[in-house]
Amino acid sequence: MSESDFDRPAPNILPAGVPAPDFALNATPDQVLRLSELRGRPVILVFYPADWSPVCGDQVALYNEILPEFREYGAEILGISVDGVWSHAAFARDRKLHFPLLADFEPKGAVARAYGAYREEDGTSERALFVLDSEGIIRWSYCSPIAVNPGADGILSALESISGKSAPARTESFENPAEARP
Amino acid sequence: MSDGTLTPPVSERDHVTGPEDAPVTLVEYGDYECPYCGMAHPIVKKAQHELGEQLRFVFRHFPLAEAHPHAQLAAQAAEAAGAQGRFWEMHDMIFEHQDALEPEDIIGYAKSLGLDAAQLARDLEAGTYIKRVRDDFRNGVRSGVNGTPTFFVNGIRYDGSWANEQAFIGALRDAARQGVRAAVGSSSR
Repeated sequence: MSESDFDRPAPNILPAGVPAPDFALNATPDQVLRLSELRGRPVILVFYPADWSPVCGDQVALYNEILPEFREYGAEILGISVDGVWSHAAFARDRKLHFPLLADFEPKGAVARAYGAYREEDGTSERALFVLDSEGIIRWSYCSPIAVNPGADGILSALESISGKSAPARTESFENPAEARP
Repeated sequence: MSDGTLTPPVSERDHVTGPEDAPVTLVEYGDYECPYCGMAHPIVKKAQHELGEQLRFVFRHFPLAEAHPHAQLAAQAAEAAGAQGRFWEMHDMIFEHQDALEPEDIIGYAKSLGLDAAQLARDLEAGTYIKRVRDDFRNGVRSGVNGTPTFFVNGIRYDGSWANEQAFIGALRDAARQGVRAAVGSSSR
């Protein structure tokens, strides 16, 4: 990653405790998804700069594999970038993604801006994560350096905290309880 | 976010090679079909050779199965070989044949290693080790693994370059000198 990633001021993404701005974006060319329709369960919003770029690919591939863990919390995950629906459709098919990618395409980046996650200089969104509770309140947010895949442990910790129960991954991981982590 | 600490620590459930009291423990989360893991394999071998008794190496599974359709079965095959006491032989065999990981290839490797190939085939068929592989994947996610390969040196995620062989081996040597907790790479990201 370039040094300028570290030099620029931290973006002011919306923090925990703030209601998540509602939006309606195309998930497919003829299907619109409205955030408020997902009330009643946790939602993970994954803003990423662009379809096809290497780090995004790794990041979405990772989340794609972790879907069963996210679903154990009843959580929905939505990917959001400024790419159009046709790019999203091709990207999702190529990477065999099993969660929606939303097109923040027109007006460009409007949703990213509402979350404080738009990069004016690049015309893309930040690599920003938001975890919303079932009431639509942001409970955790994180902005990663643009070239760094933030992984999923922060998301899982936030879901764990929201659900008030320990992570399934921590309690069901081992066949032999004697080997379970402390 | 993760502080990049290995969770759970290395234990008896792991596949371990090298002395238990080695000053450096290198843990790799890897995917048998991932080309980068394939590139890292000989570098790890070289590190093992150069550090000798100073290094203990542990491999945990992190198959990105949607991206790499053969990775999950290959991981189970290594586990099934491990149940016959031959994890590392199968591990090496798979990494040396990343372009041929169909079920019949795997069975062929089991035969050439002198394993009970029929038993290994039954284990794959029954999915005996699916959960074992998934457990590694899950604890990798919780440890801050974000792609493959991800290395941990003495329990701390190594964020430096592994592709630079000299730098990687140098970092392991530094960790050996420093003993208990390594301060390699940047563990603060």
